[in-house]
Order: sequence, then C-alpha cells, then structure tokens
Amino acid sequence: MFTPEMMESVKKVEATRPSRIGMEPRRMTAEEKDTLLKAFHPDYREEAFAEIKIGPNKGQKAPKELTHLLHSNSRLLTDKVDLDKVDYDVDVLVIGGGGAGSSAAIEAHEAGAKVMIVTKLRIGDANTMMAEGGIQAADKANDSPVQHYLDAFGGGHFAARPELLKKLVMEAPDAIQWLNDLGVMFDKDAEGNMMTTHGGGTSRKRMHACKDYSGAEIMRTLRDEVINRQIPVVEFTSAVELIKDDKGQVAGAVLLNMETGDYMVARAKTVIIATGGAGRMHYQGFPTSNHYGATADGLVLGYRAGAPLLYQDTIQYHPTGVAYPSQIFGALVTEKVRSIGAMLVNADGEAFMHPLETRDVAAASIIRECTERGKGVKTPIGTGVWLDTPMIEEMSGAGTIEKRIPAMLRMYMNYGIDMRKLPILVYPTLHYQNGGLEIGGDGFTKVIPNLLVAGEAVGGIHGRNRLMGNSLLDVIVFGRDAGKAAAARVKEITLGKMNLDHVQAYAQELEKAGLHSEDVSPLLLPKYARHEGTVDSFDK
Amino acid sequence: MENMVNVYFFGKKYTVPADLTIMTAMEYAGYTLKRGCGCRHGFCGACATMYRIKGKNELKTCLACQTQVQEGMYVASIPFFPTDKRTYEIDEIRPEQRIMMELYPEIYSCIGCNACTKACTQNLNVMQYIAYAQRGEFEKCAEESFDCIACGCCTVRCPAEISHPMVGLLARRLTGKYIAPKSEHLAKRVEEIHEGAYDELIEQIMQKPITEMEELYNHREIEK
Repeated sequence: MFTPEMMESVKKVEATRPSRIGMEPRRMTAEEKDTLLKAFHPDYREEAFAEIKIGPNKGQKAPKELTHLLHSNSRLLTDKVDLDKVDYDVDVLVIGGGGAGSSAAIEAHEAGAKVMIVTKLRIGDANTMMAEGGIQAADKANDSPVQHYLDAFGGGHFAARPELLKKLVMEAPDAIQWLNDLGVMFDKDAEGNMMTTHGGGTSRKRMHACKDYSGAEIMRTLRDEVINRQIPVVEFTSAVELIKDDKGQVAGAVLLNMETGDYMVARAKTVIIATGGAGRMHYQGFPTSNHYGATADGLVLGYRAGAPLLYQDTIQYHPTGVAYPSQIFGALVTEKVRSIGAMLVNADGEAFMHPLETRDVAAASIIRECTERGKGVKTPIGTGVWLDTPMIEEMSGAGTIEKRIPAMLRMYMNYGIDMRKLPILVYPTLHYQNGGLEIGGDGFTKVIPNLLVAGEAVGGIHGRNRLMGNSLLDVIVFGRDAGKAAAARVKEITLGKMNLDHVQAYAQELEKAGLHSEDVSPLLLPKYARHEGTVDSFDK
Repeated sequence: MENMVNVYFFGKKYTVPADLTIMTAMEYAGYTLKRGCGCRHGFCGACATMYRIKGKNELKTCLACQTQVQEGMYVASIPFFPTDKRTYEIDEIRPEQRIMMELYPEIYSCIGCNACTKACTQNLNVMQYIAYAQRGEFEKCAEESFDCIACGCCTVRCPAEISHPMVGLLARRLTGKYIAPKSEHLAKRVEEIHEGAYDELIEQIMQKPITEMEELYNHREIEK
C-alpha cells in the first residue's frame, strides 16, 4: 500500500479528477518536444555513452555498457572448439526463440527448409511474451498504410530507413491476418470488427489487442505452432560466436549449453539473428521491462563477424514503468492504460501533458516533472508521477479495467493496490533497443550475404524512437520475411571450410586499439547474484 | 538494519531482506538463475514455485517473480515439468467436441477435486475451463483460460494427469481461427494491398524530402 505522504497526494489527484474527465490536454508543438527531449531524454546524456574504437562503427557512440561488450573478448579465444565435429547441420539456423525467431522458423519450415531454433532460455522467454498493449496495422476504412508510415516516420524523428518502414506498414494487415489464421484471439466486436485504440503518436486508432496479454497470446500461439511442426528447438543453449567460411559467408554458430558448459557446432547455410533487445544491460542505471535474457548478444555476435550497427545510440525508455511498490519496480505498465483513458498527473493533481505523446516525449516529460519541476511523488524507493487509472471506469463504466487490462489489475492486486480505486505510480523504464544490426529491405545484412537479422536486434525500422504496437508488428513482419528469404537463399549457398578467423582478427583489432578487457561477451545473462555484484537486481 | 526474514531454498536456510520477491531473494542468497527465470514480470510462467510456511500444512503454488518472501518459507522451484502437449495441424482440425476427445481424452477423467484451480497462480477457474472443454464449449474455455501463462502448477497437482494449459491453448486457437467472427475490414485491406492499391502512394511518401514530411507530420489530423 501507499505511504501516508503518497496518500496525501492521491487526495489531490482525486480532487482534480472530475475537472479532468472529458478534457484533453494540449499536445506539444514540434519545437516544445525538441527542447524537452534535448534537456531530459536519457539519449542526450553524453556521459552515458562511449565511443566504439574498432569495427564497422568505429568512431560512433553507443551506451557505455554496450561499448564495453563490443570491446570485450570472445569466449573462444581461450576455450577451444573443434569445428570439424558438427553437432547440428541445417539449412536455416535461427538464433533466438522469441516472436521474430519463431515466425522465421515457421515460414522457413513452410518453405521446405530444414530449420532449427537455438535459444539460451526457453522458446517464448522473450520480450514478445511481455508485450501488453497491442499491435498496429492500418486495416480500418479511415486508415491506410501511408498514414501508418507517416505516424511511424514522424514518431521516429524521420530517421527510419524508408525501405524497412515500407515493409512494416505494407505487410502489417497481412501479419494480423496470418496471426488470426493461426488462432490468435484478437479483441473483436460481435460483427468481427477489430477493437482498435490509439497509441502514443498514432493518428488513427489502429492498435489491435488481445486484452493486455497481446504479446503473450501471440507468442504462445507461435510457440505452439513451432512445436506442432516439430521444428527442433534447442533450449538453454546460446550462440556465443558465428562461424564463417573461407568465402566470407557465415556458416553457422558455436553453441554453448548453458547448463553443462559444453560447446557444440551448428553448421547452417543461412543464419538468422533474432536475439532481441538489451534491457538487462540497465543502461544509465534504469530498471527494465525486459525479460531476463535481454543482453544484446546478437549485436555482439554480428558485429564481431563484421556486420555494422545502426542507431545503436538510441534507446527507448517506456514512460510508464512501475515506480512503486519495489517488488515490481520497472515492470511495464502498458500504454494501453492511457489508450483507454488514464491521464498522467503530477503530485499536485495536475495533468501535466497529453497522455498520448510519443514514448520518448512522454518519458522526458515525466523525468522533467520529477526533477526540474519538483512535482514528482516521493516514494520509499524513488519518485514518480500518477497514472490516474480510476478515470478509466468513471468514463467507460465499471468492469472496464478487468476486461481490457486484466494483467495490470492482477499485477497490482498482488501487492494490495486496486487500480480501479487508486491511481498507480509510474516512472520511465528501459524498454526497447531502437538501434541494432543494419539490414537491407531483403532482411540480409549488407556485408554478409547469408546472414539475416529480424526483430528487436535490427536497427533502422523505427528510426530513433518507436511507436507502441510497432514492435510486436516488426517481429512478425520481419521474422516471417527473414524465414522466407533465408529458406530461398539456401539453394544458392555452398559452404566452404569453416573457421573462426574473424574472432582472431577482432581480437587483434582490440589489441591494436590498446583495449584490454577482462570480460567476455556476449554477456548471455545479467550478473544478478549478489556475489557477482556488478548489477543490483534486487529491486529490478 | 533492513527488515530481514529467514527463508529456506531447497531446505537450506538464508536470511534475506523482507521486501524481496522469491526470485530476487534467491539472487540475494547467491544463486545465478538459469532455469526457473524468464520474463521476471509475471507473463512467461518460467518461475513456477511451490512453498510451505514452516509449521503450516498448506502447500502453496506461486510465481517466484511475483511473490514476496515470508518468514519461514520453504521454497522449491519447478524448473521444468513434463507437460503433455499433443501435436496437430491447425488447418486440418475443426472446433468439434471430438477433437478434445482425440487429443486430450484424459480431461474426461477429471475427478472434480479442484486442485488445479487452487494451484493456479493467475487465480483462474481452471476446473471450470476444463469442464467447458469436455463439453466442446471452446469459446467459453478460451475466455476462462485466456490469462493462463502456462506455468504448469495446475498440471503438477492434477490427480487425473491433465495438462490443463495445453487444453486451454487448443481451445483458444480453435476460437481465434474458427469461431470468432471474421474481420471483413482486415480481409479487404489485405486484398487491396495485394492488388497494389497502395504501391504508388507508398512510393510517393517514401520519396518526399524530410522538410515536407515534417510539415505533413506536424499538421496531420488525429482521429478523436
């Protein structure tokens, strides 16, 4: 429950609530947003970034923690692996068992390829599973893929790669249809119309949802389909290095059994990196809404093999992470809570912004409220602003919260907070890696002809900020396309002699640059055990 | 001094801060989790856990990431449980009662003990959704089971050896694919795109200079 001081502030929220219902706060102008972002968005804190000293993005910035991983050593400099002993031999190797990896595997299988998934946890232990609010697609009469393009391009600060964004919006309705036909239960009315809402920065109501278990519903359906198709899934096994051949192609990956420590060799004619995001790197000390394995592994693997990154210096902080209580600190409070009517309100009960600005703007605005303006609500573990959830039922009737956002209700009820009666306290949480490995419109990296990337590990689909509901969409669209493209490319690929020369060459580059890290990368799992001591997880 | 409690992980005693969850308390105690830890926010079901409070008889089930530690808690995680999923081709099956009989006949052995419902970490009425499945009422089964995260605690406790999450999942896929009304507007848009109705428009917007895009974006009309 809330402290007496917090309850004092709740009274102010309750006092202003009647006057806020039916009122829509003004949206910020483009200039106001720019000024706000530069002053308060974490991406603009220069001291949190470090220069990458070697490789294709040499001279560019990345979050310090990511740069450190890029400057760390391969496990295979000391641990030796016999590449002649091939444990798995496939057409398509998918690294990662989330939404993108599973979609890719299903499509590659559909195309007749011999495909295998490796994943360091279980299939479905992924950010896809935790996506709550929904998935965008322009499928209503007043909407169009062009309008979707405009919203996403502007919301991403005009930095998205046009050829990627085009695919995202043009293939969105088909992605929804595909999921529907796999048996995903979208929220529909009695006539079959999708119940769609706004997300931050959308100009049309195109957010499709499955209550607030949207990602979970999609992920469990994809997982079920992967299993039905009997696609091999090697769980608790991570890829620790790509293998290349003497023609400069990728030829598979070195795998590590997470439990036994054994190395294995997977040979593959095409490899899809679908390893997801990086929330567990806790950039700038933020808590995260991400799953346990979100440690940017694919970026490290790909970079070491020579694939460039794009927009690796831009991170999404979801404006509404849990600020209180401590047990769920940093967990995601879906944007859908705002889509269905809750306002962001400061300690004095003032609606200080339009609730559906884009995520970067909303996050910066909340940080400003809690710092410069001094209107945050103090808690025993930090500060935050109110998300006025009781408004939802005052506007849309009793039962709305249980029906539309049951996961949120359940999460707070575990700690005795009934969001139907009391507002909840939120603060930005590390949510999404806007950048990643660079790909072309065909899904392949531009430097390695049989290496593909899909999902959150890709950079450039969204630009420098992502709209709600475009990530669930991108894992499906780009996952499917990667699976199809990989399966097609298999026919053109003849593998040469496998080697790990690029790992040695990278180590020499590090040496030349005078970088001597004690650490190995990819990280694989965050160091949360108390004796490991680098990251304090106890309230994350 | 922080408020501490004594908990027992696999029978071994540790003293941990009282405000931690079972999961973070294990990390505080020194465990590097590999199994039994997934999303850490209550959506993936990886951290199914059983516990008993010292001196009490009741055996409880929970998610380690969503449950605060208590004094005297004896904790055992369930890192894996052999839930029995049957495979099928979604395009070949139909939402008919016999499909449950074929794929999950053991649901008809339910003895009505309600242990599944009692074990549910999401507080779902598990026995009820199994009853719906028995009767071929897939839509009701789908609704009732919708919030299932497949942690498997129900399955662990079931004397009839039913794999409840798999039954609910089948009912949901049948509902989503076959029973829920078709979305005409979606089918129409998919067809329009396939016919190339937006090809020219999208190429046009992709070619526009940034200044023009800024103008369009900043002045676009927003649906109320």
